[in-house]
Amino acid sequence: MADHRFGDVASVRDELKEVEYLADEGIASVVFLADRLQKPILVEGPAGTGKTQLAKSVAEMTGSRLIRLQCYEGLDEAKALYEWNYKKQLLRIQAEKASDDGSTDWDQLHDDLFSDEFLMTRPLLEAIRAEDPVVLLIDEIDRVEVETEALLLEILSDYQVSIPELGTMEARQIPLVFLTSNNTRELSEALKRRCLFLHIDYPQMDREKEIVLTKVPGISENLADQVARIVRSIRQIELKKAPSVSETLDWARTLVLLGIESIDADQARETLHILLKYQTDIEKAAKELAVEAR
Amino acid sequence: MLDLMSGFIVELRNAGLPVSLTENLDAMEAVKHIPIEDRSAFKYALGATLVKNASHWRAFETVFEVYFSMRGPQYRLPDDDQLSEDELERWMQQQMEGMRDRSGGAGDDMSPEELAEMLYRALMRGDEAMTRAMARAAVGKYAGMEPGRPVGGTYYLYRTLRNLDLDSLLEKLMDETEAQAPAPLTDLERRLEREEFESRIDHLKQEIEAEIRRRLVADRGVEAMAKTLRKPLPEDVDFMHASREEMVAIRKAIQPLTRKLAARLARKRRNKRRGPLDFRSTVRASLSYGGVPADPRFRYPRPHKPELIVVADISGSVAAFARFTLHLVYALQGQFSKVRSFVFIDGIDEVTHMFRGQEDITKAVHRVNTEADVVWVDGHSDYGHAFEVFWDNWSREINPKSTVIFLGDARNNYHSTNSWVLKEAAKKARHVFWLNPEPRSYWDTGDSVISEYGTYCDGVFECRNLRQLESFVDHLA
Repeated sequence: MADHRFGDVASVRDELKEVEYLADEGIASVVFLADRLQKPILVEGPAGTGKTQLAKSVAEMTGSRLIRLQCYEGLDEAKALYEWNYKKQLLRIQAEKASDDGSTDWDQLHDDLFSDEFLMTRPLLEAIRAEDPVVLLIDEIDRVEVETEALLLEILSDYQVSIPELGTMEARQIPLVFLTSNNTRELSEALKRRCLFLHIDYPQMDREKEIVLTKVPGISENLADQVARIVRSIRQIELKKAPSVSETLDWARTLVLLGIESIDADQARETLHILLKYQTDIEKAAKELAVEAR
Repeated sequence: MLDLMSGFIVELRNAGLPVSLTENLDAMEAVKHIPIEDRSAFKYALGATLVKNASHWRAFETVFEVYFSMRGPQYRLPDDDQLSEDELERWMQQQMEGMRDRSGGAGDDMSPEELAEMLYRALMRGDEAMTRAMARAAVGKYAGMEPGRPVGGTYYLYRTLRNLDLDSLLEKLMDETEAQAPAPLTDLERRLEREEFESRIDHLKQEIEAEIRRRLVADRGVEAMAKTLRKPLPEDVDFMHASREEMVAIRKAIQPLTRKLAARLARKRRNKRRGPLDFRSTVRASLSYGGVPADPRFRYPRPHKPELIVVADISGSVAAFARFTLHLVYALQGQFSKVRSFVFIDGIDEVTHMFRGQEDITKAVHRVNTEADVVWVDGHSDYGHAFEVFWDNWSREINPKSTVIFLGDARNNYHSTNSWVLKEAAKKARHVFWLNPEPRSYWDTGDSVISEYGTYCDGVFECRNLRQLESFVDHLA
């Protein structure tokens, strides 16, 4: 097939870094492999660790168009794959009647009605039919029902869509596909089997520090270091919801805006509500941070 | 390579990971694209194709370490990392020689003080390569490994760690940092510094473990080693025999599990059955079809939510199990219209109020264990007495809407069983279930009277691990 997008693992990592996404070894390897094996990536992990951002960044890095399908309960093929534009079809039939008393060949009309002209493409079909390079992002796949998952299987394994009236449409080029999941339910075996699996967890302290440094303009090295350390410390406490990377970034931005150069315990406590979203969590963390180290 | 891979995959399956044939083929395809010399990329490539569940990653990692990192020299290429490490070791050797010369001591190894000093410096600087070298030296010195000796890796680990005395090392590191700091450290800074050192020490422990594993593999061969390292996956760990580490793993696993269960139960309720016709909505929808009611709308059914009464044995033998079950039940509180819980050993006490308004379930469970008044005579399980008191005080609470769940191993210490309580309860309640954390083969042995109680229950379930607990809760709602 088409030549590969990436040379080796290291280059994936470097190129991602250029678009301000700091990938660790695992992420870079899996993205590289997905391109080589032409398989979709199933990205799983806690909320706010950059799952969706990964797809966006890969799109930016390869200069592809990002096509996004946001999943929700009740999503069906009319919204995910394709739909016939029945209003236009009705108009077509009526126009036919008006012009010459319905004398046209029915077969002819039938072929006309189910042609490209009346097909409304939805994200999945659009990704298949695209001429230019695309990245397909299927976001929060765990929100759809198990039955709807089956819709995706054909496109994920063979990169094709079968439309009864038109036949099978094959992909003009193989898109990079990302599926994200927050793991609110177990995905079906059939889906998992077709994908490469990537678990993105909260980053190591060093990586988090680098992320803060790249993403927050005007932050000092020292402050970024402190931020990363405090966040790591908070994540070790047992909380309802541990702070995510995006919350860390929000917090770092706030600190920069407030003109804080180095955090002390009081300032940390006062701004905790940016990092944590539950009152009980905030209280617990405030207490933990204030106490003398064990 | 093919042999190696297939051995690796067989071992993964033995460890309980569900690896399908296509995944196997994918892995083979994947390794064509990634050179085995790039160790970590290679590992992630295999992981991405073979492991499809984050909680299985640990098991995968262990097997991978055994199979790939410790293979003989034919797989180890002298990459930069390796070289610098070797150099470092050589350098250390020289250093030590120098030291030895100075002290004029004999012996062909470092003295414990020297080792401790080097280790201290490595940790202080957070130098990874040096830490690794030190881990090696420490294992060589303290573990006292002998070829062919049939002891597990944990034994060597324990010996090494005991000799290193990492706790006092941590104190020393902290003192040193405090002394070096320009201004006295605030509490926050002190905490952060301490955590930094703790994570470095953890890193050291991992290195030591890896080193021990490497040596054991060299001694015993891959297959034998993989077998001894095999551990059950978190969802298969037996509650009753879980180690402290495994307990932590279960605790971590239970959080996403409750979220998952809650989502599934809510979804099931909503989709289960259509309710009666919703007239207003149907008429409104008909307007877009020119008044023809082509699209009938239905009301959502009012979901039936069961009332739960949980009666749990919290005597020593089954405490862990009861704790997890309470944990799960309360995390799912929204799925039940009312939850009441009772705990007993030989006396019985209601603990519902301890969960009420308490957002932190762990804390609530702790309160249950410390505050509940459950000892009547001697603190040995007496199901009969506990049930009798339960009946006298709380039998009015049981109504046709409630489901009563008993948790315990039904080991009654040969007291009277009072199984009439269950018989009466079964008459009044919607369902009576019993969850037993013992393996089925132990039931009715010794003082276990499970089948006597079981005759009055709608179901008696073996519930030894998270997987079984999950399927029960799913069944319940």
